[in-house]
Amino acid sequence: MSDTQTTASAHGGGPFIAAIDQGTTSSRCIVFDKDGRIVAVDQKEHEQILPKPGWVEHDAAEIWTNVQQVVTGAMRKAGVTKKDVLALGITNQRETTLLWEKATGKPVHNALVWQDTRTDTLCRELGRNVGQDRFRRETGLPLASYFAGPKIRWLLDNVEGLRERAENGEILFGTMDSWVIWNLTGGPNGGVHVTDVTNASRTMLMNLHTMAWDEKICASIGIPMQLLPEIRSSSEVYGEATGDELGGLPVASALGDQQAALFGQTCFEQGEAKSTYGTGTFLLMNTGHEPVNSYNGLLTTVGYRIGNEKPVFALEGSIAVTGSLVQWMRDQMGMINSAAEIETLASSVEDNGGAYFVPAFSGLFAPYWRSDARGVIAGLTRYVTKAHLARAVLEATAWQTREIVDAMQKDSDVELMALKVDGGMTANNLLMQTISDFVDAPVVRPMVAETTCLGAAYAAGLAVGFWSGTDELRANWKRAAEWTPRMDAETREREYKDWLKAVDRTMGWIEEES
Amino acid sequence: MARTIQSLERGAAVLRLLAGGERRLGLSEIASALGLAKGTAHGLIRTLQNEGFVEQDPPTGKYQLGAELLRLGNSYLDVHELRSRALVWTDDLARSSGESVYLGVLHLQGVLVVHHVFRPDDSRQVLEVGAMQPLHSTALGKVLSAYDPVALSEAVDGERADFTERTITGLEEFESVLDLTRARGWAADVEETWDGLASVAAPIFDRRRMPVGAVGITGAVERVCEGEELQPRLVAAVRDTARAVSRDLGALRF
Repeated sequence: MSDTQTTASAHGGGPFIAAIDQGTTSSRCIVFDKDGRIVAVDQKEHEQILPKPGWVEHDAAEIWTNVQQVVTGAMRKAGVTKKDVLALGITNQRETTLLWEKATGKPVHNALVWQDTRTDTLCRELGRNVGQDRFRRETGLPLASYFAGPKIRWLLDNVEGLRERAENGEILFGTMDSWVIWNLTGGPNGGVHVTDVTNASRTMLMNLHTMAWDEKICASIGIPMQLLPEIRSSSEVYGEATGDELGGLPVASALGDQQAALFGQTCFEQGEAKSTYGTGTFLLMNTGHEPVNSYNGLLTTVGYRIGNEKPVFALEGSIAVTGSLVQWMRDQMGMINSAAEIETLASSVEDNGGAYFVPAFSGLFAPYWRSDARGVIAGLTRYVTKAHLARAVLEATAWQTREIVDAMQKDSDVELMALKVDGGMTANNLLMQTISDFVDAPVVRPMVAETTCLGAAYAAGLAVGFWSGTDELRANWKRAAEWTPRMDAETREREYKDWLKAVDRTMGWIEEES
Repeated sequence: MARTIQSLERGAAVLRLLAGGERRLGLSEIASALGLAKGTAHGLIRTLQNEGFVEQDPPTGKYQLGAELLRLGNSYLDVHELRSRALVWTDDLARSSGESVYLGVLHLQGVLVVHHVFRPDDSRQVLEVGAMQPLHSTALGKVLSAYDPVALSEAVDGERADFTERTITGLEEFESVLDLTRARGWAADVEETWDGLASVAAPIFDRRRMPVGAVGITGAVERVCEGEELQPRLVAAVRDTARAVSRDLGALRF
């Protein structure tokens, strides 16, 4: 081939930062230069183990093998060795739970993935007469099956002899950040057992007001505290990597994936928010140094903590069905051939023709939390075509963004200045314009789409002095596109009312057995 | 009205016959169904076969419609698909060149901007997706006219307005610019559309090597040019990006 990848030559020389993204479907490593530009990427998927409906597991040993391969792979593609890399950063799928033997590094069970719903009943029991908000004041989280605490409890109850071994101090718990750091730094031979504040804030075991494990909650859920890693900041040197290819490299950051995206988008000021549009959507807003309680169905979580600085908190809202609704239109309805075509179809009409699509496929999430809701297409008339429905599909993502932004503003009393977006759906121009119209704020896309890995790289680079501070990172942030509101207030409020009416019609469809 | 061409009519009749039947047809069946001599029918089928419109089933020797016909029907590349494929590469082009990036396709008598990446400085910029640019004077337009025959006829037949004193409006001169574009694989616009601005663009091809769009950068003439010449570094960056997007669309190496 006459022209191979020219990336390396187009970038300055080293040094570089390598960031590992241990994600739900794959592990990736990206090498970044000082401007925050991508030098090389390597990626490897791992198996999704589905033992029964609702259960999702990962083989942690496979994940560790893949992580090592992608790190060396990305460095090889970038044409660099460990001498050119100043630090390794880590970002990871959040809440996925693993227990392993301290002496051998052998997992005692597959990791229970965040999507796994086997702890539903356990969470209901733990709520007892108080309900799902039993630990919300301390942890910022409702009792839901995603979070790690109840998953640990399930493993202790269901793997024979495990509780006893855990109480004897033979077993370690970790989310994927802890697992990767422990293995990188030597595993059974002196590996450091740590987690960062953002990952710890998703266990339901950490008290947001003390930033330490909460003894009472651990006792209530039934978790021996010997299992738990030390809670550290998101940006500091936890230890040095071992082994031939990486030996001596400082392991210098850990952040849950959504928090890493917040960091990569340089949302360092109170009121700055990012929204990642993928299969689902995650919106996080920086609320400053105090945890803000949510009365509108959002999660309170740690945004990040740099070394010894004060922690920064965030409010989080998620939308279950966004990109997956477009896939549904393609795969189940056959109305489009590719995801990108939704924009072509939707652009062929001026408006939604009166149709509203509320994709409450498995209930309504933030800010409603109604598991008895199911999807609805409302406002149908003979006039409505599939193009109007395509428009309603895109509008559904935009209205749901508006609902979360409204809830955030109510909870925090902070007005959203601009929404920084990333993820695959940012290629959809009509969607981005519609979000700006509905939220009535500018929507801004940065030049590096890989904000998650970039966030981990930034945090690691700060820890080793590669970047001087958050101001320098902010200067790296470049605007690739900006959409500004073009809708008049009257139309917006009228259509929002119609959307809310449609939402109302989804509720109570399932008659719960409880 | 111009005379029709008999052999094309007969070719169309062969295709229609193969499309209508449930079974594959042999040479003599086709010849007799259409009332043609066997030799004539054979010539028609051979030609259609060379174009991929007809295929021969090896075990039976019978004929059926070819895969190329299906591809013809689905050849339209969705512009939003194009944007989605180009996103990463165009972001990188904006960062490496320091200029704004545009992706354009032929639409009516001009270039429709389907993607725009801001210049990476902190200045206020407005998204120009959906804007139209002229075919005869812009770098994107010249690339499309040089590689896409439909764009060429639009540019040749349409009015070539005089935007600046450097705009090329004469047909002969315009066609020689397109020759140069084809020869070197990229086009430029140095203050031919907008005073003070210069652009460079290169073609994007799909897997069948059809020109589906053009990608380019636009910036202040003193940054994009070095004296009268375009900066070779920028030309190379634009061409690399066009190749990368083409590769993503499945175009073979070139």
